Amino acid sequence: MLELANIRKAFNQGQHNEYWALKGIDLEIPPARVNVLKGPSGSGKTTLLTILGCLARPTEGRVRLKGEDISGLPERFLTEIRRSTFGFIFQQFNLVRGLSAIENIILPGYPTGTPRARLVERAEALLADMQLSHRRDAKVEWLSGGEQQRVAICRALINDPEILVADEPTANLDSKLSAEFLAILRRLAEAGRTVILTSHDPLVVESEVVDRVYSLRDGRLIEVVDTRRAWP
Amino acid sequence: MNRWIEKQRHLIDFTASSLARRKGKSLGLLVVYTLLVFVLASVSLYTHALRNEATRVLAGTPEVVLQRLIAGRHDLIPPGYIEKIGRVRGVQKIEGRLWGYYYDSVLKANYTFMVPNDRRIPEGEIVVGPALERSRGLAEGNGISFRAYSGELHTFIVSEVLAHESELVNADLVLMSEPDFRRFFAYPDGHYTDIALWVANPQEVRNVGLKLINALPDSRPILREEVLRTYASIFDWREGMMLALLSAAILAFGIFAWEKAAGLSAEEKREIGILKAIGWETGDVIAMKFWEGFLVSLLAFLLGYVIAYIHVFHFEFALFAPVLQGWAVLYPSFALTPKIDGLQVATLFVFSVLPYTAATLVPIWRAATTDPDTVMRG
Amino acid sequence: MSRPSDRVLGFTLLAAALFAATFVDATLQRAAHEPALQRTERLVEDLRLSDLVLFTEARYTRHLTQADLHSAFQDHPVALEHFPSGSLLPPPALLLDRHEPLDREAAPSD
Repeated sequence: MLELANIRKAFNQGQHNEYWALKGIDLEIPPARVNVLKGPSGSGKTTLLTILGCLARPTEGRVRLKGEDISGLPERFLTEIRRSTFGFIFQQFNLVRGLSAIENIILPGYPTGTPRARLVERAEALLADMQLSHRRDAKVEWLSGGEQQRVAICRALINDPEILVADEPTANLDSKLSAEFLAILRRLAEAGRTVILTSHDPLVVESEVVDRVYSLRDGRLIEVVDTRRAWP
Repeated sequence: MNRWIEKQRHLIDFTASSLARRKGKSLGLLVVYTLLVFVLASVSLYTHALRNEATRVLAGTPEVVLQRLIAGRHDLIPPGYIEKIGRVRGVQKIEGRLWGYYYDSVLKANYTFMVPNDRRIPEGEIVVGPALERSRGLAEGNGISFRAYSGELHTFIVSEVLAHESELVNADLVLMSEPDFRRFFAYPDGHYTDIALWVANPQEVRNVGLKLINALPDSRPILREEVLRTYASIFDWREGMMLALLSAAILAFGIFAWEKAAGLSAEEKREIGILKAIGWETGDVIAMKFWEGFLVSLLAFLLGYVIAYIHVFHFEFALFAPVLQGWAVLYPSFALTPKIDGLQVATLFVFSVLPYTAATLVPIWRAATTDPDTVMRG
Repeated sequence: MSRPSDRVLGFTLLAAALFAATFVDATLQRAAHEPALQRTERLVEDLRLSDLVLFTEARYTRHLTQADLHSAFQDHPVALEHFPSGSLLPPPALLLDRHEPLDREAAPSD
């Protein structure tokens, strides 16, 4: 599905504070699985996630999406791929304050020029799926943490992406909500979506919904473990 | 094409909700902006219409008015003067005019007393302008007394009030017969106030003026084109004065709008980061911000202009009239004919919409080109 | 769900319609004023008038263009009057009061 070959990423390249966050990573993300990037802070997992999600470009190396090399594409095409193939859930949820839940959800659909009625219809279906229909017109700042996260998931799914990318999604949730969130991820993976998340939360890493764990340390991949005993 | 339109509508959706989120600020800006356009549009609409009306109405004044001067001051035309002009080539018609000023100490206003050449007014009767009807409560059949400079009182009967529709030129007139006029002012027989001349060939007016000065060195010809030019420059002068006073306000607004449009709050920067991360292109963000600047300034222009139009042509320019028309005791009340200069409106449009729209785009450029992964890295 | 852009665009469209309406109104008013304007033009021609009744506060400004060669506030002897005195403000009441006795003396007893 998504392949990385010898990925290296530098920040402040050529300056005195040059820093290599990733020092040669090769990995392959299988489709329709829940994948976790794990590692202590500073291990480069978030940087790796931005490269997997086409938010950033590697300094060196290749990114292949369904066999096609996308690391050399210009910004416009990359945005297009990001929009159609990836859905993002951020640690701080990054919802736009002042807008209602439904308006937040349909935001990623705006640049596609999809008619509003269709976007709203899709968003309503997603909200219903997350048992959030009653909060449809509530401003996002009035929602609880769990509700905000579910709105963020809906927003990530509005353009029907194949890959869902989440950065430390449970950092702001208690155990019960984290468990609910993981159950949602499971459902999504079973429905055929690929899920990639970073986490150092044992609750996530050791959860039975996770299919594969990639351990990082100091910008290198040190271990890949398939955790599910039985593949569905 | 449909997709493009739908996309722009989405962007406007977003812009509209972000404006609605900062309701107080957005509304305040719109009100101040509209007010500024209103003032500018009022002044330029009014000046243009008044200048136009003056030019149109005064097109029928005599081509040349000849004054006689003694020691640099206006003096009466003595007998025999008109006959001398008759010998100047190119002059088609000559008429002596009889008119003068009367200061009414009751109203503390000046009237223009005049003997009309186009009608006969019986002795003892007068025809008055609408301003006298209004301020002295005169009507047809009323009598009114004026005290002449000799000290004696003269009483006249008002036989007619001139039409209100022409107040711009007839408000303060008092028309009377020649014998009454001469008796009232003790005006010597055979003398006139000045002389009106008509020239056969319009191209010859200037030449006739020169010939008149040569033939009558103590005369001063006033040409119609000079009269029209004088009126144009009065209103230009007053418009300029008004704009000069306004320039401080315009500048202040400019700073305020620049500050508002060009400064991006941390909140807005964060939003742009989010939009980029969820798949908006740089161009989408810029287009969204363009709509914000364009719609706000367009709305301000349209509303300001419409209110200005109503103010000038339906409320007689009540707010600024004293500044542009001048102050006077006897004020003509008149409704201007709307005459709109397309170029003037276009200029106003460009100057009110373009700078603000541009100002909103300047900071967004840098913010919109930031990498989308900055959101992830907090 | 009512769309935010509907409201904004609707309002802008309304404003644009009003803007267009001012031009229609201007045309109608011009037509309506035309006869009166023509009568005014005739009056100016018939009475040989030369000036507007906008500045009546002083004799030398009532008929701006008919001023003396050297009158107050004139730019140049050849230039025609175009700076009416006191045109922005009426005279102060204090000064008017001072002339009150004079005015009474000169006033007719009607």
